[in-house]
Amino acid sequence: MSAPPTAIEQPTRSTQDVSPHVIVFDNVSIAFDEKVVLDGVSFQLPHGETKALFGVAGTGKSTILKLALGLIKPDRGEIYVLGENVTRMKEEDLFELRRKVGIVFQESALFDSLTVRENVAFRLMEEGDVSEEELERRVREALSFVELEHTLDLFPSELSGGMRRRVAIARAIITQPEILLYDSPTGGLDPVTSTTIVELIVKQRDVYKTSSLLVTQRLQDAFIMATHCFDRKSNRMVPLPPGTRGEVPMAFLILREGKVIFDGDARELAQSRDEYIREFIS
Amino acid sequence: MELISPTEFARDTVQALQEYSVLAGQSVANLFRYPRYMADMMQQADLIGVGSLPIVVLTGFFTGAVLALNSASMLQRFGSLTLIGQLVSVGMVRELGPVLTGLMVAGRNASGMASELGSMIVTEQIDAMRALGTDPLKKLVTPRMISTVFMLFFLTIISDLLGLVGGGVVSTLIFGLDSHQYWSSAWQVLVFQDVFTGLIKPVLFGFIIATVGCYYGMSARGGTQGVGRATTQAVVASSVFILLVDFFATKLLISIFGYR
Repeated sequence: MSAPPTAIEQPTRSTQDVSPHVIVFDNVSIAFDEKVVLDGVSFQLPHGETKALFGVAGTGKSTILKLALGLIKPDRGEIYVLGENVTRMKEEDLFELRRKVGIVFQESALFDSLTVRENVAFRLMEEGDVSEEELERRVREALSFVELEHTLDLFPSELSGGMRRRVAIARAIITQPEILLYDSPTGGLDPVTSTTIVELIVKQRDVYKTSSLLVTQRLQDAFIMATHCFDRKSNRMVPLPPGTRGEVPMAFLILREGKVIFDGDARELAQSRDEYIREFIS
Repeated sequence: MELISPTEFARDTVQALQEYSVLAGQSVANLFRYPRYMADMMQQADLIGVGSLPIVVLTGFFTGAVLALNSASMLQRFGSLTLIGQLVSVGMVRELGPVLTGLMVAGRNASGMASELGSMIVTEQIDAMRALGTDPLKKLVTPRMISTVFMLFFLTIISDLLGLVGGGVVSTLIFGLDSHQYWSSAWQVLVFQDVFTGLIKPVLFGFIIATVGCYYGMSARGGTQGVGRATTQAVVASSVFILLVDFFATKLLISIFGYR
C-alpha cells in the first residue's frame, strides 16, 4: 500500500506572469454532489508543449479539460487560458475564447444528424464569413490531415470508432486553434488505430506547434509521443535519435485523489522514486 | 422508490422552476440577438408543422364530428337542431381546437424535442457545441420555440376548420340538416372575442410545448434511461401546463371581454 497523495509544490501565479503559459490552473478545486474531484490543483501548460494527464478513473482528468474550456466552473481557484481568466468570464465571452481552443471528446461527440463534411465545417459555418469554396477547401484539408477525405458525405453512424475520433480531430483543428484538448482519444481503440491517432497528435504538436492537454489511460501512448517526433519528409512519426529523449515538448502530469502528485518530463517520471508513481508506470 | 425529504423536494422544485424560467427567458431574449438560425427554424417548422398535420387533421375532424353527434340528441329534444352549427363552431374555435391541437402537438413534439436534446446531452454533443463556440440555446431552443408558436397557430386554424367540416358531415349526412344552413349558422355565430380567444391560446401553448420539451431535454441526466424519463416528463408537464394555462387564459380573457 502506497502512502497517501501529497500535492507537489506549485508556485502561485498572478495574472501578470501567465503569458508564457497558454493554460494556468491555480489552486483549482471542484466537487460534484459533495464528492471532491479536484482539490487544489495547480499546473501550467507552456506554449507549444503537450502535457499528458494520467490518473485512475474518477480522478478528474476530463473535468480539467471541461474546466479549461469554461464548460463548468470550479468551486475555488483560478484558471487562465491564453491569458484570460475563464473562471470569471460570462458564457457569452467564453464563446469567443473557445474559438481559439479545439477539443476532442472521449466519445468523439460528433453531431449525429450532420454529415462528416458538416461536422468538420461546423465552426466555420457558425462563424459565417467563409465562402463556400474556402469552406470546402478547408474541410478537405482538415480531413486529409486525418486521411479521411473519402468520408465527406457519410454520417458518423457509418464510421468506425477510430474514424470517428479522427473526424473529431479534424473538426477540432479546422480553425488551427492555439490549444488542443484531447479527452482519451485512443480509449477503446485497437493498437493500430491508436498508433494512427497518436501519430496525428504528434504531427499536430511538431508541425503546427499546437499546445495541448492529453487525457489518457494508456501510458504507452504518452511514452511513444515522448520518444517520437514527426518527420515531414517521410510524412510519418519516427523515433527520436538515441540520446535525444526528453527533447520533444512533452510533459506528464499525474493526478491522485484530486491532487497533482507529479508534473514533469519523461526523464523525471522515469527517475521518480514515489512508490505510487513507480507502480503506476510499471 | 427512494424517499426524499420535503426540504430537498422544495429545493429541487424551486431550482427546476428557476432553470426553466431562465431557459424560457433566454429563448425569447435570443430573438433580438445574432446569429438567427433561419435554416434551423425552417427545418423545425417543417418537422413540427407539416409533420403534425395528419394527426391534427384527424383530431380536428373527429372532434367536430363527435361534438355534433353528442349535442344533436340534446338539441333535437328542444327542436333546435339548426343550432348545431353554432355549437360546433363556438366549441371548436374557442376551446377544443386550440386545446386538443396543443395536446396533440405536445405529445408528438415536446417528446421529440426532449429526446433529441436529451440524447445530445448524454452524448456530449451539447458540450461539443458550446466548445465549438455556439450557444445551444440560440441554435437549438429559440428556433424550436419560434417554429412551434408559428406552426401551432396555423395548425389550430386547420383543426378548427376540419372540426367544422366534421360537424357539418355529421349534421348533413346523419341528421339531414341543410348544409348551407349549418355553415351560415356556424359562421355567423362567431364574434371577434371567439376568434381572438381561439388564436391567442395556440401562441401560449406553442411557447409552453417548445420550452418545456427543450427544458427537459437539456436537463436530461443518466444515459438512455434519463432520456426516456425526460421524454415522459416533457409530455406530462407540457400537457398539464397547457390545461392550466388554458384555464387561466380563458378566465383572463373573459374578464377582459366579458361573457358572450
